[in-house]
Amino acid sequence: MSIGKKTWQLAVTTALAAWAVTVSAAPVNDMPGGPAVRQYGMQAPVTSIASGQHFLHEVLLWVSAAIALLVFGVMLYSIVKHRKSNNPRPAEFHESTAVEITWTIIPLLIVIGLGIVATGEIVAQKDTSNPDLTVKVTGYQWRWGYDYLKGEGEGISFLSSLSTPREQILNQQPKSDTYLSEVDNPLVVPVNKKIRVVTTANDVVHAWWVPAFGVKQDAYPGFVRDIWFRAEKVGTYRGHCAELCGKEHAFMPIVVNVVSDADYRTWVEDKKKAMAALLDDPNKEWQLAELQARGEKLFNANCASCHQASGKGVPGAFPALAAAPVVLGPKEPHIEILLNGKGQAMPAWKQLSDVEIASIITYTRNAWGNQTPLNVVQPKEILAQRGAAK
Amino acid sequence: MSAVIGQPGVHDHGEAHDHPHGWRRWLFATNHKDIGTLYLWFSFAMFIVGGINALLLRSELFQPGLQLFQPEFFNQLTTMHGLIMVFGAIMPAFVGFANWQIPLMIGASDMAFARMNNFSFWLLPVAALLLVASYFVPGGAAAGGWTLYPPLSTQMGPGMDLAIFAVHILGASSIMGSINIITTILNMRAPGMTLMRMPLFVWTWLITAYLLIAVMPVLAGAITMILTDRHFGTSFFNAAGGGDPVMFQHIFWFFGHPEVYIMILPAFGMVSEIIPTFARKKLFGYSSMVYATASIAILSFIVWAHHMFTTGMPLMGQLFFMYATMLIAVPTGVKIFNWIATMWRGSMTFETPMLFALGFIIVFTIGGLTGVILSVAPLDINLHDTYYVVAHFHYVLVAGSLFALFAGTYYWLPKWTGHMYDERLGKWHFWLSMIFFNVTFFPMHFLGLAGMPRRYADYAAQFTDFNMIATIAAFGFGLSQLIFLWAIIKCIKGGVKATDQVWEHAQGLEWTVPSPAPFHTFETPPIVK
Repeated sequence: MSIGKKTWQLAVTTALAAWAVTVSAAPVNDMPGGPAVRQYGMQAPVTSIASGQHFLHEVLLWVSAAIALLVFGVMLYSIVKHRKSNNPRPAEFHESTAVEITWTIIPLLIVIGLGIVATGEIVAQKDTSNPDLTVKVTGYQWRWGYDYLKGEGEGISFLSSLSTPREQILNQQPKSDTYLSEVDNPLVVPVNKKIRVVTTANDVVHAWWVPAFGVKQDAYPGFVRDIWFRAEKVGTYRGHCAELCGKEHAFMPIVVNVVSDADYRTWVEDKKKAMAALLDDPNKEWQLAELQARGEKLFNANCASCHQASGKGVPGAFPALAAAPVVLGPKEPHIEILLNGKGQAMPAWKQLSDVEIASIITYTRNAWGNQTPLNVVQPKEILAQRGAAK
Repeated sequence: MSAVIGQPGVHDHGEAHDHPHGWRRWLFATNHKDIGTLYLWFSFAMFIVGGINALLLRSELFQPGLQLFQPEFFNQLTTMHGLIMVFGAIMPAFVGFANWQIPLMIGASDMAFARMNNFSFWLLPVAALLLVASYFVPGGAAAGGWTLYPPLSTQMGPGMDLAIFAVHILGASSIMGSINIITTILNMRAPGMTLMRMPLFVWTWLITAYLLIAVMPVLAGAITMILTDRHFGTSFFNAAGGGDPVMFQHIFWFFGHPEVYIMILPAFGMVSEIIPTFARKKLFGYSSMVYATASIAILSFIVWAHHMFTTGMPLMGQLFFMYATMLIAVPTGVKIFNWIATMWRGSMTFETPMLFALGFIIVFTIGGLTGVILSVAPLDINLHDTYYVVAHFHYVLVAGSLFALFAGTYYWLPKWTGHMYDERLGKWHFWLSMIFFNVTFFPMHFLGLAGMPRRYADYAAQFTDFNMIATIAAFGFGLSQLIFLWAIIKCIKGGVKATDQVWEHAQGLEWTVPSPAPFHTFETPPIVK
């Protein structure tokens, strides 16, 4: 009995300690467009696909619960009634073809019933015909790219990266309610319109998943796949990359803003204006301060997850850029690394514009006490080197 | 040998059967019992290594944010946990049981190919060394998940090459072990033991061995293609060169799905031995158990793409793989019903092997039901690659395969050591394992439904509480296994003398030899009536 008592005390102490840790952590609220605190069921559906999944899950859960109750009930009854102390003489029977056939046929019928219910759903999910808007989603290590291919907003194109500050991930700041589920540029789509999502990837396999829409589609480099959804409620919905894609797999969330038709039109106009403004003349000579300001933002969104905002990198894993020979040396090898990547850790960044790459390089050549006579890189130099590579 | 036949009990074999002692006994082992022991200790060691990996990654997941490890190391932990547990712990443990038990259960003197048996064991430590060493090469161990999907696996450092070589070696070992098992079962049964009189454990291993021979070469092919993609400029899985990353997934899961039955069928066999013993009643529906096992094995070859519903396969593909997968529930259900019918109106006692066998039925049924839920393709789209899947396969693999392995160990341990194990330790081991297992893995269903992807080093703060519970219970589960080790060592060192029969109602040839089983058994084949 003494062992039992000690173990009990230990269990209570452990539970109390766990509770103490839990309550001392920063208070968290439900995530808008994501999971609630301690949510134990599926997220509220906003598409017919997700509603169908909810229905299927309900049906399956109850069927499973009934089967489990029956099986475990019979087992428990037998454990109590047919133990040696209650039933010292075991029965002799050990086969019955009729019984065997019965418990083959009944599960078969249940399975066929479930199959019929599921088939309608699957057919509906695969029907990507006649979309109102087609968006290409490209998985990068480790962010998403969105290209509006067809429909209102055609031609819009942007990258969408995690916007949770590194300090929150490293526990230097309290975590927000949308921790790891927030991005700089969310995907924006109109409500009640059929959106076809075409997935592909740049490097490895990713998977584009928004739980509230009930859609998940792997994205393969060199191939396209498609799915569709029609969001029925205005709001912000959050998802994640669902296929292991390397070290920052957990840090490339998806955010979709579902907006009214009018808001969508406004957004498209604004986005197009902003994009036109971004189409800078590559031959323009830029000022150091302009490039630096732009470069700092871009660096923090794209580069700081590895090289750190301090430019010091992570020893042993990601090289420092402060006082790094490549950053202080000639421009060509530096540009080359950004355009084409290096080794397994540094991806190619050629999907960024010339101005963007020039800004990042210029920023790194002047930040963290870096000093070099070659401190300004102009967009046209990037363009020239891009051309040379071809 | 011919002189021996007809003179039972005469040990006049001269030098031929003199066996070495000390380290030579193990390094040059050709005796099925010694090799079985080696397999079992090896798998237990790997179980501890794989378990430490699991506890490290659970520690990182205790709270959101990065506390202990960088994500790249976290990915190495998840990958190595999977590879080590599947190929290093569970599979060799079943081969260990096969080595010890199959000759004893069919009345054979040893395995058919004694020296190949030695080789197939000694390949394992080499592979284990490669796996563990890969943590210390530049870039660390393989970090692409145990499924090794390209192109991620072509991106990795030399750790991936070591993992590929390790899996090659483990595969070779498994194939040799399977050839040995099939040959032994088909050729060396005692007179009178027809196929349909074989113990179910032998039946399930016969079928498993065929599965292994069918699919291990497929895995070897898949990882060899990754190797040549990595180093010799081929593009089997690289679209830029005309290859297709999805092809790897098809090949991998053509191996991978039979593989999960490789890890569960022998477990079915063990439970089918244990329940009749402790219910003191013959196994209900022996022949339907055999047919159900064979059906599951055959179906296992046509369901692989249910691991790939989100790859975007065509409608007909999804429908076919969904229906085929759902069908597996039928023979699996038959097995569960037969076990319960065996218990029905029996005269049960609840020693540790029986407790683990009953625990097996409960958790395996839960895992089977979530398996049916996952087989429904339109729903799987939302649940694929979430913690729901993690919960599902740990219910069938940890609670399924592992609990059966525990049950089998306690069941046959008295035969192996000659002593009864400490029943009180066994019960503690069972109850702590059962409770901590469920507390660890049941909340993972909730996490998956609510939207937490698997293989994530960090997660949204809303998922914190369930993760904390899982981590605390995982440590409880891990520490409970030390009781198991303690119980085994105690049983080897001493304890109440075991009788030959060991259990009151134990049936089968293994209970006719003395406890502990002598070094050579059934030199003269017994007659089975």
